[in-house]
Amino acid sequence: MTDPATTTAIRVHLPTHLRKLAHIGDSELTLDVPGTVTLSAVLDVLETHYPVLKGTIRHHGTDKRRAFVRFFACEEDLSHEPHDTPLPDQVVRGTEPLLIIGAMAGG
Amino acid sequence: MAGVRVLVGTRKGAFILTADGTRRDWHVEGPLFGGWEMYHLAGSPQNTDRIYASASLGWFGQQIHRSDDGGTTWSPVGNEFTYDGDVGTHQWYDGSQRPWEFTRAWHLEPSLSDPDTVYAGVEDAALFRSVDGGQHWHELRGLRCHESGPDWQPGAGGMCLHTIIQDPRDADRLHVAISAAGVFRTADGGKTWQPANRGLQSGQIPQPEAEVGHCVHNLARHPQRPDTLYMQKHWDVMRSDDDGASWYDIGEGLPTDFGFPVDVHAHDPDTVYVVPITSDEQHFPVDGKLRVYRSRTGGGDWEPLTNGLPQQHCYVNVLRDAMAVDRLDDCGIYFGTTGGQVYASPDAGDTWAPIVRDLPSVLSVEVQTLP
Repeated sequence: MTDPATTTAIRVHLPTHLRKLAHIGDSELTLDVPGTVTLSAVLDVLETHYPVLKGTIRHHGTDKRRAFVRFFACEEDLSHEPHDTPLPDQVVRGTEPLLIIGAMAGG
Repeated sequence: MAGVRVLVGTRKGAFILTADGTRRDWHVEGPLFGGWEMYHLAGSPQNTDRIYASASLGWFGQQIHRSDDGGTTWSPVGNEFTYDGDVGTHQWYDGSQRPWEFTRAWHLEPSLSDPDTVYAGVEDAALFRSVDGGQHWHELRGLRCHESGPDWQPGAGGMCLHTIIQDPRDADRLHVAISAAGVFRTADGGKTWQPANRGLQSGQIPQPEAEVGHCVHNLARHPQRPDTLYMQKHWDVMRSDDDGASWYDIGEGLPTDFGFPVDVHAHDPDTVYVVPITSDEQHFPVDGKLRVYRSRTGGGDWEPLTNGLPQQHCYVNVLRDAMAVDRLDDCGIYFGTTGGQVYASPDAGDTWAPIVRDLPSVLSVEVQTLP
């Protein structure tokens, strides 16, 4: 069990629309995530720092992932994993980012 | 000198077009919110610096933005539209019952009297209100919970509440229109609602004269004669002279009575405008001629307005929220097309010229008349 008092620096990539919405200049940001590093924990911190992103990645109320949002890391699709699953070690160690992606769509 | 500010929502961002009172030379600004579907932008009648904008994307959902300086700068405000209480179900395309699910805000209607109060018509159909400048949204649940709610079903574009009409005599009196449920009205600020569809006939539903189930496309009202309402329905152009209690057909003389927008001259309650298109299966002008039709007699006697509009090879559509009028003395009228053109007439429709020709597909056009 990770000490909830400690934080881990997690690299996060956001899609352009969300970076513009939140006035985030860089394509990658670093979030200090307390406790066990899960998708939920990262998104909680992200939405705390950038409240405008509430409802854009996961739905208000249910916290379900929006249908056309994907979560990738270490060349794996984590979109369908339970959000309380710990993220891969490489993400926790900071050698790999968590990628939040707008799914491919259109034609 | 007075001027106008035209607020244009498109499939890929918003544009603001400004001109002085001559409306000859235009400044075009945009795209704002590039890439977002801008279903609607609307300014407060009480404060022209206050503008609300609805932005949505299939990927990232709904955003509402607010400007307090006439569109120069914008800030995101509240984007949480949560149905109040039991969500309930409505009819789905296959006849099954499906829970109400928020998709987007189609239409924003700032209060006639308070810049901080604004209504939002949303898909799945419901009416929300904010009294704090868009920061928080609360559903007026009496509408969605009307006894007919489980029978409402979406039109091809989704089950959307797209039109909100305020009564200048009484802030508690509203009309809304829903595709495909019809018109509902309230006299108590949204607590209770009554269908207002008597006189409508729709061949696309099992009971053509049913109380609920009509695909109403747009409504318009003139503040000087508030008991009169005009309607563009899926088919039929209609009029009510009793605040929506009953409707009669005024489409005689039009080349087709299918269309989406309807609007009224700013200074003459009897002058009304529609844009007929070929049919429900062919959403483009008849014979490739883009014609606005004007009646100066409150309907039933229509003249085509063509001067400056393309009269061959034109196959664009004009959507329900994409026509508006200014309040200058000679009443300018504006509309945008799915082909990305925005046309303006500075003389109530007699002559037209494009302001811009190559925007993304236009979803909405509103006009602010500036002091």
